Formats: sequence, C-alpha cells, structure tokens
Amino acid sequence: MSQKLKNRIFDYSAVFIVLIAVFICLIPFLYILSESLSSNRAIISHLVTIFPIGFNIEAYKVVFTDAGMLYSMFYTVILVLVYVLLALTVTVLAAYTLSRKRLKGRNIILLLMVFTMYFSGGLVPDYMLVKNLHLLNTPFALILPSMMSVFNMIILKSFFQNLPESLEEAAYLDGCSDLQILLKIILPLSKPALATIALLYAVFRWNYFQDALFYITNEKLYTIQLKLYNVINISQQMSGENVVINLPSEALKAASIIFGTIPILIVYPWLQKYFVSGITIGSIKG
Amino acid sequence: MKGMDGSTTVNKKNSIDRSLKKSKGLLFYIKRDIILYLMLVIPVAYILLFKYGSMYGIEIAFKDYNIFQGMNRSPWNNFATFKQIFATPQFYQVVRNTLVLNGLDLIVGFPAPIILAILINELVFKKFKRISQTILYLPHFLSWVIIGGIVAQLLSPTGMINSLITNMGGHALPFLTKKFAWVGTYTLVGAWQSAGWGTILYLAAMTGINKELYEAAEVDGAGRLRKIWHVTLPGIRPTIAILLILQLGNIMAIGFDRPFNLQNNLVMDFGDVISTFVYRIGIQSANFSIGAAVGLFQSIICLVFLLTSNYITKKLGEQGIW
Repeated sequence: MSQKLKNRIFDYSAVFIVLIAVFICLIPFLYILSESLSSNRAIISHLVTIFPIGFNIEAYKVVFTDAGMLYSMFYTVILVLVYVLLALTVTVLAAYTLSRKRLKGRNIILLLMVFTMYFSGGLVPDYMLVKNLHLLNTPFALILPSMMSVFNMIILKSFFQNLPESLEEAAYLDGCSDLQILLKIILPLSKPALATIALLYAVFRWNYFQDALFYITNEKLYTIQLKLYNVINISQQMSGENVVINLPSEALKAASIIFGTIPILIVYPWLQKYFVSGITIGSIKG
Repeated sequence: MKGMDGSTTVNKKNSIDRSLKKSKGLLFYIKRDIILYLMLVIPVAYILLFKYGSMYGIEIAFKDYNIFQGMNRSPWNNFATFKQIFATPQFYQVVRNTLVLNGLDLIVGFPAPIILAILINELVFKKFKRISQTILYLPHFLSWVIIGGIVAQLLSPTGMINSLITNMGGHALPFLTKKFAWVGTYTLVGAWQSAGWGTILYLAAMTGINKELYEAAEVDGAGRLRKIWHVTLPGIRPTIAILLILQLGNIMAIGFDRPFNLQNNLVMDFGDVISTFVYRIGIQSANFSIGAAVGLFQSIICLVFLLTSNYITKKLGEQGIW
C-alpha cells in the first residue's frame, strides 16, 4: 500500500471516529427536543427517537405560561449579572495588586489564597458560616461565599504580569497612581482576559446547583436549576392554573430541560472562542 | 513562571529594593503602596471570612455541637465524633464509593480527552474540525441538573435506548436501576460531559510542538501513528502529568452536583458518596458534628494525596504543580 493511500485511510478513519463522538454528543439533545415536541400518544407508546412524532407544542405552552418558571429564569439572570460584576471586580483587585512585584507581603497573601484551593472547611462548616451570617434564604448566600475563584484570579494575574512593563512605567512617570494605571492602562488592554473570566463566572453561577439546594428553601428565591431539579425529580406541579392534566410528564420534563438550556444555547456560539482562548492563556502561563 | 521574569533588570531592581529596606521600615512600603493595600482589602477580607472562617467551623467536628449552645460553648468530646464515624459501616461504604467512582473516572474519563484531542489534531478538514469541536464542547456547559434530567429520559427503563432495544426484541438494560450498571452509566456520562472540553488543554499543548520534529520523523520514514507515538504524545507529556497529579490529588474529593443528580434510591449502596452523605447526614438531618468530621477526614486525605502525587511526579522528572 502506498504511503498516500495509507494517509487517506487514516484521515477518513479519524473523521469517522470524531463524527461518532459528535453524534453521541448530539443525540441526547435531539431526543429531548423531539420528545418535547411529540404528540402524547407517541410519547406514551415510546415511539419517539430523534425525530418528533405528531408535532405538538402543548408542553412548551405550559412551561412558558408557568409564572414560577419564568420568574426563576428572570431572577437567575439578574443573579448571574450581579454575581459576575462583583466577582470580576474582586478578582481584578486581587489579581492586579498581587501582580505588582514591588508589593511587600504579596507572596504571603498569595500563599494564603492558594492554600484555600487545596484545603477547605467542608460542606457543613460552609453551611454553618452562611447560617451564622444570617444569609440563609437570601440571594447573598449565592453570591458572597463564592465571590472570587482563586484559580480565575491566578489566570488573570499571570495575564497582567505578561503585559509590557514599559507602559506602566511611562504612566507612572506621568504621575498616574496605581488605581489610574489599572483603570486607564491595564483594564483596556485586558479585555479578552476579562471577557473570559467573566464568562467562566457566568457559566459557573448559571449552572451551580449545590449552594441553592443547601441555602435556599424559599421558593421565591429558587434559581432556575433548583426549579428544574424539582420539576424533573419531584414531578412537582407547575404553579400556573392552566396545567394540562393529559400531558405526559415526560413531555413536560423534556420541555423544561430545553427551556433551561435555551439561554446557554443562545450565548454559546458567541462565547465559545473566548473560553477556548482564555483557558489556553491560563494553562500555558499560569 | 518566576523563571520567565527572572531577567537581569529585575534582579537589579531587587537588589536596590533590598538596600533600601535597611534604611526604610515597613511603614515606608505601606505608605508608598497604600493604594494597592487598600485595593487588597476586599479580596483578603473575602478569603479570611469565607474560606478561613469556614475552616474555623471545623472545630465542631471535635465537639458535641448543640444548636442552642452554639459553636463556641458546645463541649469538646475527645474525638467521640470520629470514633462514631469510624464505627459506622455506612462511612466506609461512602468512602469506598467515592474512591471507586473517582478511580473509574481516572481510568475512563482521563484518557478520553487525550485520545479525542489526538484525533481532532489529526483532522485535515478544517471546517469539519471547527464544527465538531464546537459540538463536542457543548455538554460541558450544561448543569448536572439538566444532564441528570437528560440521562433519566434517555436511559430509564422506558427511555429511548431501552425502547429501541425492546422494540427490536431485546431485553431492557438496567442502566440506572442495577448497581453495577449504574456505576458504568455514571462513569460514561462523566466522560461524555467532560471529554470534549478536556481536549482544549491538550490541543493547546499540541500547537506548541515544534513542527520540525514532525518533519524529521517523516524523513525517518515514520507513518501517522508513529508520529503520534513519538512526537505528539511526548509533546503533551507535561500537560498530561499536571492534569494527572491534579486528578490523583482529588481522588477523595468528589463534587456534589454530579453524583446527586445521577443517583437514585435503587443504587444508593454504590451511588452514595462523601459529598452526598455529608449533605444528607450533616445538613438535612442536622448532625452537624458528624458532617463536619467526615468533611475534615476527606479534606485531610485529599491534601495528603495531592502532596504525595506532586512529590512523586517531581521525582519522576516532570514539572509538578508547584
């Protein structure tokens, strides 16, 4: 066999295997989507696979008219925005100051922070702390305890350290203070890194479920994930009055899953390249 | 990282700093960098309050915590909590489950992104490469609540897979209902969620490999597989080593969201892990001391594993994580 033919065979088998992996990633979604759109009869007799059978959008009508669902979605979006703003601010403050080599004591503070990446109090002490601070059943319980990720801070810190020093020195000679240097020089230069960190925080907060389950019992403060968990696992009735009894719960669950995925699907195509470049920056230089 | 900045100018600056230090005290530096120190107040306060403050709460693992007396006034109990958990069979069960599930993740979930990254790296059709990467990353962006819901719909006794099997005349498989099958499901779903995303680091490492090495290998008559074996794999070895230490170090640590959303009552013997156990016993049933003690046990074992695996990796001549 010639080398050329061998290469050709290799290329196509690589494509084939990756294609299988791609399908394995897609099929679950296609199934849930078609289930959410199929007719009751098709669902009950388990005929649905990756194409909807007997088109039907009743399930979506229920989900989209359910005040509780929409409220949770809206509340979670606000929560994510506030969280990202705060987390980003705190992370920038730590990353910038700790990237200044002349700062005395920065290594001790850095060590203090890095240690918490490897050792923590645990779930119960975390819970007790939140309880003792009277944060249970407040949105702050979902914001303050995870206000900064040391890992993200280190990624950003190494990004700051790799910016050319001469720019800051020039600004320093022009009489800029450290705060002005940060706001006028460092931040504008760091937009890609900041975008990446912001996105990491946003996806974390959007998907994180544990703290909401632990700290929130008031239904008004349920995040969308906690709400979905109840719909999927406890078959909790939707809060709206127009619940259609003859709708199979599978269709409702499927529609709820799709509902909870929509925000990610909308932003995902735009965000993906930032994530990838950001993760790469952090891993190579961090 | 430090080596990268270790140019001579920096060394000079340091020596100037050092000579200044003798004549000027701490106050001088605080005065000079007052703005920086002020900017550090919020991050440091956050770490002290929420990270170290939480560590302070570990003391209830050594006390008979009583909600009315509070953390400080509850009596010390001479390790009675630890004696109690070490005498509970359920404790060993959740430790075993944690180790088994993480071990399987190591065997199945760890190599998966490496293999996938090598395949993606070999793809010659650029557009196909880009699109398939986009799709492969997607599961990473879903919450475990959503994935748990999808898995239940897909693999339950009446889910799509089993419907297909029974429609073709086969017997339904107990993906979620029998213990051993559930363990397999747990492992594969984990690989499904993270394999694509995990390729990013390896692909980044692969772009850093010197192209001349491939050319040299080709001159020596190496085929595609040989080039992967002798050039690509050694090229990503440091990345593999670091990620392996991290995962080995975390062999006792287990996230909460994944097991909690995948487990069900039928498989609790194999599916209950430390994090879900601590939640159920420590928080839901309010046995705070027991929950804190189990959590502390886990944290210490984790730290030991991490230090050991980092030490071994360094001995083997690879770069550790610090």
